[in-house]
Amino acid sequence: MSQVAFLAKAGHRNWVRCLFVAALLLLWECAARFWVDPMFLSPPSRVLGQMDALFARPGVLQAYGDLMAELLIAFVVSVVLGLLLGLAVGLAKSTRERMMPIVLLLYGTPQITILPIVMLAAGVGFGSKVIFGITHGVFPVLLSVASSLQKVRPIYHVSARAFGATPWQKFRYILLPCMLPSFFSSLRLSMIACLLGVLLAELFASTKGIGFFTRQFTDTFDPTSLFGLISVAVVLAIALNASLAWMQSRWVTRQWT
Amino acid sequence: MWQSNAAYQVGFVVLVFAAWFFATQWLAISPLLMPDPVNVIKRLAQLLQSLEWMDPFWVTASEVLSAFALSSVLGIALSFVLSRSLWVVKTFDPLLNGINAVPAILFFPLFALLFGLGPGSKIALGFTISFFPIVINTTAAFGRVESIHLKAATCMGASKWQLLRYVLLPSAIPMILSGLRMGLTLAFLSVLGGETIASFNGLGHQIAESSQAMDSELMYAWILFVIAVSFSLNTTLSLIERIGGRAP
Repeated sequence: MSQVAFLAKAGHRNWVRCLFVAALLLLWECAARFWVDPMFLSPPSRVLGQMDALFARPGVLQAYGDLMAELLIAFVVSVVLGLLLGLAVGLAKSTRERMMPIVLLLYGTPQITILPIVMLAAGVGFGSKVIFGITHGVFPVLLSVASSLQKVRPIYHVSARAFGATPWQKFRYILLPCMLPSFFSSLRLSMIACLLGVLLAELFASTKGIGFFTRQFTDTFDPTSLFGLISVAVVLAIALNASLAWMQSRWVTRQWT
Repeated sequence: MWQSNAAYQVGFVVLVFAAWFFATQWLAISPLLMPDPVNVIKRLAQLLQSLEWMDPFWVTASEVLSAFALSSVLGIALSFVLSRSLWVVKTFDPLLNGINAVPAILFFPLFALLFGLGPGSKIALGFTISFFPIVINTTAAFGRVESIHLKAATCMGASKWQLLRYVLLPSAIPMILSGLRMGLTLAFLSVLGGETIASFNGLGHQIAESSQAMDSELMYAWILFVIAVSFSLNTTLSLIERIGGRAP
């Protein structure tokens, strides 16, 4: 019991986390070295050792650059579009009741169904990935904005009207502070969703992107390059998520009123 | 009130079809990109009559259900184990969120190699994508259970199973259900995604195949079919959520 109490100190959390990640890596190393067919799995030590060879391949660096550009454009457009649509749907009770079921229906429909249409319309290049990323990323923001507007206490609306607040003041001092906490968590969901959309489009059809290399390494049974490629993408994704979480923790605690 | 809102929703669908119809009539859009909705509806009717939809539908449904069954049972079990200690929850929460940010879709080509192009790789993908959101949501739901209820049950000598069955599940059920709903939607999405990217059969495969055969009318018919399926799925889930949320 005393050992548990010793470990339970908050300062030891990071150690336990590091140990856990190290244990996972060790498990991966052992699995790749002793148990799994080397055609399919490569140990992390070798993946890391071959990283320079991976980046020396023509086009790999460019593929990551494209992925990041696609992701960032899709993310920014999703957030702006989601915010505007969320405000449009959520501001008035009547439109909210009418439109929300439609929004939920669209959200519940797997966007992958329209991927072939997006590809036909925008081609196999940059545009189709961005558009497909947006179709995934816009919903978390839209839904969170619309539903947090729903939770604004009616008394605030009444007093805003009583004191003659302009629409901008009403947005800035009543709706915005109400929206912010869930808005920031929706940003992270939106980023994950955008990445999913962009990668789905990449895997469906790509001539020089990450999806192309993923397929190439899989088809040629080159797990070392494949896991290197995926690991870098994973690290990028976790870093983006962590920086959004950091922004969230910094900004939400700020005084907004 | 409800009827007038439903009228708006039906109106929206009618508006979409009307815009689609007139766009194909008046604008010079290639029928490859946007075929005439009348022909699409005819193809959809043919599809439904010929019962050709049965086979891909059951393939997709069984993949989604297998993936979801795996991820929900294992996810709730893991959440239960994690949520027994606040310290464990706080330690593993950032790790879980980090893992959740991992784009698991990138593993799909590997799954296709390991488990083949059949249902196996789709179930693996659906499981990987839907597992972590379920764990995160369920752990959060267990965390919000009133600690006094837990203490009371423990004092009266409840076993682990009784704690889960009579205290944790009933009070956390609304939030668990919304997590499970998210998981099922994600499983559906990723199974369809896997089928679209590489498969032999299933709804996603039909859409991709008709698109590659440049048969846009058939592709749109399959898309409408999938939209109808996901609409019924969502309506059923909302109903379950409403009933489950009300139960004590």
